[in-house]
Amino acid sequence: MKDSQTSARVRRAFFKHKLGMVGLVILAILYLTILFADVISPYNYLETHRNFEHVPPSRIRWKHEDEWKGPFVYGVKKVRDPETLAVSYQEDQTKIYPIYWFTQGETYKFLGLWETDFHLFGLGKEAKGFLFLFGADRFGRDVFSRILQGGRVSLTAGLIGTFISVVIGAIIGALSGYFGGWIDTLIQRFIEILRSFPRIPLWLTLALILPPGWPSTWVYLGIVVVLAFIGWMGVARVVRGMTLSLREKEFVIASRIVGQSNFKIITKHLLPNMMTYLVVVATLSIPGMILGESAISFLGLGIKEPMTSWGLLLKQAQSLSEIEAHPWLMLPGIFIMVSVLSFNFVGDALRDALDPYRTVEKV
Amino acid sequence: MILKVDKVKKYFPIKKGIFLLTAGYVRALEEVSFEISEGQTIGVVGESGCGKTTLGRVIAKVYDATSGRIFYTPHGKENNAIAQAAEIRKNTEKQIMKNYRKDVQMIFQDPYNSLDPRMTIGDILAEPLQVHKVCSSEAALNETVSQLLLKVGLYPEYASRYPHEFSGGQRQRISIARAIALHPRMIICDEPTSALDVSVQSQIINLLKDLQKEYQMAYLFISHNLDVIYHVSDWIMVMYLGNVVEIATPEALFEDPLHPYTSALMKAIPNWNPEERSLGETTLQGEPPSPIAPPSGCPFHTRCEFVMERCKTDKPRLSEIGQDRKVACHLRVQ
Repeated sequence: MKDSQTSARVRRAFFKHKLGMVGLVILAILYLTILFADVISPYNYLETHRNFEHVPPSRIRWKHEDEWKGPFVYGVKKVRDPETLAVSYQEDQTKIYPIYWFTQGETYKFLGLWETDFHLFGLGKEAKGFLFLFGADRFGRDVFSRILQGGRVSLTAGLIGTFISVVIGAIIGALSGYFGGWIDTLIQRFIEILRSFPRIPLWLTLALILPPGWPSTWVYLGIVVVLAFIGWMGVARVVRGMTLSLREKEFVIASRIVGQSNFKIITKHLLPNMMTYLVVVATLSIPGMILGESAISFLGLGIKEPMTSWGLLLKQAQSLSEIEAHPWLMLPGIFIMVSVLSFNFVGDALRDALDPYRTVEKV
Repeated sequence: MILKVDKVKKYFPIKKGIFLLTAGYVRALEEVSFEISEGQTIGVVGESGCGKTTLGRVIAKVYDATSGRIFYTPHGKENNAIAQAAEIRKNTEKQIMKNYRKDVQMIFQDPYNSLDPRMTIGDILAEPLQVHKVCSSEAALNETVSQLLLKVGLYPEYASRYPHEFSGGQRQRISIARAIALHPRMIICDEPTSALDVSVQSQIINLLKDLQKEYQMAYLFISHNLDVIYHVSDWIMVMYLGNVVEIATPEALFEDPLHPYTSALMKAIPNWNPEERSLGETTLQGEPPSPIAPPSGCPFHTRCEFVMERCKTDKPRLSEIGQDRKVACHLRVQ
């Protein structure tokens, strides 16, 4: 019933945006995947496998010597180049490990609640071979499982960080715009000074404050707070601008004449009228958060081993020789790219639907 | 007497540069004085930018006056008015201010901007009642809202709808309902009809007049429509560039305008008879001067056809002429 025509128009415009729909579907898949990351990943992301360091991605085969076998992988054997002594892996075509759906494997705690060894797919508990979809890292851990697990950190840090920064930004921006005068000047100059610092050094400085002894989950929360600390400023500026235009509207003046308190005017009249813009601003600022978390972790000051995130996974691909020898370590980068693009598409779709006059620019 | 406005001025500072230094002032309102009593309507006319709206908003305490004083007589103390009057200032005592907020309400020009698009009509009307805790229970609140809607000629069912579902005239009725919710003693009507078409205008004006009779409210009726002003006012104030140039009863003002600006305004009224469609001779040329740098002497001297040397240096004071009549012009006051 509420604004029925308007909301119908908004919904129609949103669902007609093709790129936005693509983004939405991709995001839905990504978030479902990270929610069930433990089940979907064939291995425990913490489990190291000796003698399988830096194994390249396994090829999934269907036929063995022209005979139909269903999906399976060959075993791998380590070979050493007799001259350079460099290690490489070759398929051992004598060993066949079929891939099973709904199988057992390494144990893990499902959503941190109870222990289980159920996996969506895998080679079974007893298999001596390994199914490394995206290869293995230098401890022989399954990169695919680690990417899913890392997505949990990367994708949720963006969401929570954005939520915090929108809340802080909305409050400070509304205060700044509503009261004006020296409060406004003070807040705006403060924001300008903070924003004129280069971003990455500022992140790093803030990330350095987090005590190294903290457990991983605390570090994760710390990183989210650091991201939000930088992110609120863009939101605050947008909210301030909208408050400036809204506070002169006659319905706000009418509320003042009635004797309504400033706090109630902000919460009852100003913020609800900005809600649609805030949603757009929030969606468009999530990618920045994801990239920020990745950057901090990539530079080694964010999430710490054994917890993982996409930025931390990319850290292994820091040198050129690493990338040359083990190109599959770059795969987390593709996940970052895809999710950032998807959020941008969804954000654009939301903006086109909610804000046809483009009052909000990207922050 | 409800309100006495004494030499109220409003200058808006123009801030410039990084340090927001005041570079000048927009002189929106210059020493305006008047009194208003129960059941009285004072009309304010003038062209755009003459300070009508500023006057209304200074009285409604949306803006603080730059100088001058506003005295307000609390309810039940009208008889020994001045002695009991409280001054409404920047930091008036909280309780007095609360009563003042309850007693002085406002109706706005633009019915599309004066209702919060995110609130239902019921919430909009309930807001003043909740702020002043008039109703003891939720049920009483809903009942009051229904009564208000009926009072302004709308259905109580409308309470659950949103402003965008209504026409301009209906929205203006909702605005009126909000204004009378607290039974104020005075309503500032800031061009309440100028955004409406003519047939709806008359309905709204009649509604306002009926409500005035019922509640004995005073109106400060701001408009640039001379016909409307004539119809509703007991007194008319003519404003030009922030100054009151003439105060008179409607009959006196329309029959015998004393100030050259008032007579120029009168000549601009279109005739209702199509046979005599031509307007009076236009004597007024150009635009009003900027309120940032108002002319010296009489503010009207740059456009006045009877301008004298004295007008350029000497600002005429608003002086009593005959009975119940004030004018600020050197031609009339020696």
